[in-house]
Amino acid sequence: MAASSSGSSTLKRTLCTFIRYRSVRCVRQCNASIRTVCTSGSTSQLQPKIQSKGVSSQLRGVVGLEIHAQIHATSKLFACSRVAFCSPPNSSVAFLDASLPGTLPVLNRRCVEAAVITGLALNCTINRKSLFDRKHYFYADMPAGYQITQQRLPIAVNGSLIYSYFGGRKRNQVLSRCVRIKQIQLEQDSGKSLHDDQRSQTLIDLNRAGVGLMELVMEADMSCGDEAAAAVRELQLILQTLGTCQGNMSDYEIQRQKKVLENGGIIVNETRAFDSKSGTTIPMRDKEGLQDYRFMPEPNLPPLFVYEDEASVPAGVNPTQVVMIDRLKAELPELPGVRRARMVDQYKILPEHSFTLVNEDGLTEYFERVVRNTKAEPRKVIGWVMKELLGNLNQQSLKLAQSPVSPEALADLLNVLESGHISSSAAKVVFQEMWKAPEKAVEQLVKELDLGLVSDREKLLKICQKVVDTHPEQVHVIRAGNKKVLNKLMGAVQTETKGRADPVQVRAILEEMTS
Amino acid sequence: MLSLSIGEVSAALRKGRLSATELCRRCLNRIRKTRHLNAYITVTEDLAMKQAQEAELRLTRGKPLGPLDGIPFSVKDNFCTENIETTCASHMLRGYFPPFSATVVQKLLDQGAVLVGKTNLDEFAMGSGSTDSVFGPVRNPWSYSVSYREQSREQDPDSDWVIAGGSSGGSAAAVASLSSFMALGSDTGGSTRNPGSLCGLVALKPTYGLLSRHGLIPLVNSMDVPGIMTRTVHDAATVLDVLQGRDEKDSTTVESAYSPSSLPEEFDVRDICVGVPKEYHAPGMSAETLAQWGRVVALFERAGARVKEVSLPHTQHSIVCYHVLCCCEVASNMARFDGLQYGHRSKVDSSTEALYATTRHEGFNSVVRSRILAGNYFLLKQNYDRYFVKAQQIRRLITEDFRRVFQSGVDVLLTPTTLSDAARYSDFIQEDNRTRSAQEDIFTQPVNVAGLPAVTVPTALSSRGLPISLQLIGQSFQDMKLLTVANWMEQQLDFPIIRFHDDTDQERECKLGS
Repeated sequence: MAASSSGSSTLKRTLCTFIRYRSVRCVRQCNASIRTVCTSGSTSQLQPKIQSKGVSSQLRGVVGLEIHAQIHATSKLFACSRVAFCSPPNSSVAFLDASLPGTLPVLNRRCVEAAVITGLALNCTINRKSLFDRKHYFYADMPAGYQITQQRLPIAVNGSLIYSYFGGRKRNQVLSRCVRIKQIQLEQDSGKSLHDDQRSQTLIDLNRAGVGLMELVMEADMSCGDEAAAAVRELQLILQTLGTCQGNMSDYEIQRQKKVLENGGIIVNETRAFDSKSGTTIPMRDKEGLQDYRFMPEPNLPPLFVYEDEASVPAGVNPTQVVMIDRLKAELPELPGVRRARMVDQYKILPEHSFTLVNEDGLTEYFERVVRNTKAEPRKVIGWVMKELLGNLNQQSLKLAQSPVSPEALADLLNVLESGHISSSAAKVVFQEMWKAPEKAVEQLVKELDLGLVSDREKLLKICQKVVDTHPEQVHVIRAGNKKVLNKLMGAVQTETKGRADPVQVRAILEEMTS
Repeated sequence: MLSLSIGEVSAALRKGRLSATELCRRCLNRIRKTRHLNAYITVTEDLAMKQAQEAELRLTRGKPLGPLDGIPFSVKDNFCTENIETTCASHMLRGYFPPFSATVVQKLLDQGAVLVGKTNLDEFAMGSGSTDSVFGPVRNPWSYSVSYREQSREQDPDSDWVIAGGSSGGSAAAVASLSSFMALGSDTGGSTRNPGSLCGLVALKPTYGLLSRHGLIPLVNSMDVPGIMTRTVHDAATVLDVLQGRDEKDSTTVESAYSPSSLPEEFDVRDICVGVPKEYHAPGMSAETLAQWGRVVALFERAGARVKEVSLPHTQHSIVCYHVLCCCEVASNMARFDGLQYGHRSKVDSSTEALYATTRHEGFNSVVRSRILAGNYFLLKQNYDRYFVKAQQIRRLITEDFRRVFQSGVDVLLTPTTLSDAARYSDFIQEDNRTRSAQEDIFTQPVNVAGLPAVTVPTALSSRGLPISLQLIGQSFQDMKLLTVANWMEQQLDFPIIRFHDDTDQERECKLGS
């Protein structure tokens, strides 16, 4: 589902913090864990007098992103209510989420850890002390009348994200870029408003109210939609790898954003919001553009302290109750960039293949398990993974986890192929059969389908003789010295045997017959 | 019997000289008899009797839950009480039944204390007279005392009654009129100490962070503290011990590790240094209050305590600073009252904006609305530095003043609590709420800005027959030490028990009890 009008108006509220850029387009995905606010616009590097000569050629597009990543945690940022999707409306609402008077926020340590881990993965400086603020605005799905966020002193600042994308004229060059991360701040999500236009009612679901968000603010270092989309994709991968955000943003969404960004080349001197219903950008109303959030320190939350290590925890503070950076650092998993480099280095595969491996959830692990269980070269394995496995998955719109062919089964197949028992074209047939009947072992399928190589010399001699007899012209050419044409005869033999003839023997026989 | 202290009545309950149900029934009767005071918004009669029966069972088995088992108490109506209407004396929350109890209320209930009712206050605790409640003003029980009536020229006690002080006036009136043995108030700028002082009670504002605010409907989060009102300092210490300590539901609370659980047996006043801040000689202070201040200073000196004059130079700016910070937090805290989730909702629903606006206009009184307006103005981007930040800076200076004085060896500060004894209602309402708050909170409010503990102790009756009280201010988390000094002071003063001129029964009871 695309951003509804309510969704975009929620976004409009967050947009106004971006005062540096004049044109804003935003995209919001409704049911996903990542929401992106994108600011794009232009910066003029030249003097006004030169500008008047030809404005368009002197303007440079810039894109900045403000991304709301929903923290993957069991409970909300300041309350013990569960974070639950697809549960009945208002079934996961603590008193605080409904802003009952007298309730107080209590910070969820898991959310702080998620922000710190994310900050570390994005090369941020983790602020040892950060603060919470109230940001005020009236909105029906934000019952307190304010959102608790980190405006003055966020938990992490000054990071960077290195991402790559395919560029160049043929879009086959891997281009590497870096975008600076201005800050990561913890804040509350809002509830959802459901507008019933027929009865002119608004229904409010507070299940999402108070869920922890990390707002990641990227500097306007990107110059086009391709870069922005690639940066978001890379960030999404990092968050998924860290487990701090499920980040299940669909490819469709990325495509859509890319399109939006690519089409947004015109510079508008106003703040605009993207309305996905009409597919256009709409100017944001003055009133909202000028909204004053009346920021104020959140008085019910003391400063948030994180500590470098156990030694830096002050006396009287229970070390098990605090967030320690060195512990989290030790738990950091292999990040996508590191993993890609390792794939290329260790398995000698192409860089673009390393992208595919890392982009698809679990695919690296799948690939490595196949490699571990087969004698086949990793470079050969990658071909099977890219072509046969992903081809089948994509065709049937399946996720890797739904693949009927396990890595071990694929390894079995490659082993049979390596042993020379079947031809590679036969192996492809077996693979398709394995897909349909995953319960059957490779050997069984080979036998059932009668795909084993024909290596009976008598049988092969007969077939070869038949081919030689039916192709007098080609035989003539070969005898005249053009040995390449032999391949044609070999092809004819394979057609005759449905690809099962042992190619080594066939070649030897044919060479003998045509000499 | 009803005028006994908690310590005395608890002993009577344990020894079986008195039953918890009988005690509860008498308090409920007393509430009925003192209806004209308007101290209570809700009387929880059935619940109270049920709790009293349970307490009685425990007491007769010789297994009371603690020193408060079976003791009737009341709670200011801005503390949430599970399934008991909690109104904040505002139209906005009429009919609001919270699904949970405030931590401090729960702690008292867990100790077997018997909740008899929810008490009246200025709407959302904004005021210093308990005159701005949607349920009408609270009358000071001393208006009906022998001491006041004897000197009054008016024959009709309903024509010249005096205010109870505020904003926790209902709680003060409940304890002073002998229908509760203790009451919870809230103290943001003096709201517990001010009515405590005008009603002749011991009223403690603990250190910020010592008691949980969870379930206290906030006025100013960074200054609000649950307050304790009792008839003796010893009782206040007993209640404090039950209530203090870290609460997981309030991140601003701390473990009370270095706060002892009771008053020490041995105390030598000669070890104490009493500071007398010169800036508290404020214009408008009554001669009698000044005299009482001098009298108690002399008491300390004569007993061998060190008394010295100290200076708190920034105190004079405290009221202005408080006004800005209070309005800002009020504007923020009140934003949730939009009529959507709970409380009053306007019938005007032509648009969401119209619904918000009329709901809030109908729900809040003009005092609340004007503070919201001012607060939103102060928080505007272009004003933030000039008002909010400035006020925070002054707040720090005020806190520094106190810190410096305490560092110089002072243990407690002795000041008046209010400028004078209680004003007649007809006089009090000549000025608006804002002016009155600025006048009345002058001695109490700096303590909230600094987060310090303070207690008011009644010293004597004025020539009008009304209580005059003085305030002791202590160092952060030295609440028990503060009460120790207050206890000593109380013992020297011999403040009289209230006697009602139309109530011979009660007089007899008093004699029986003592």
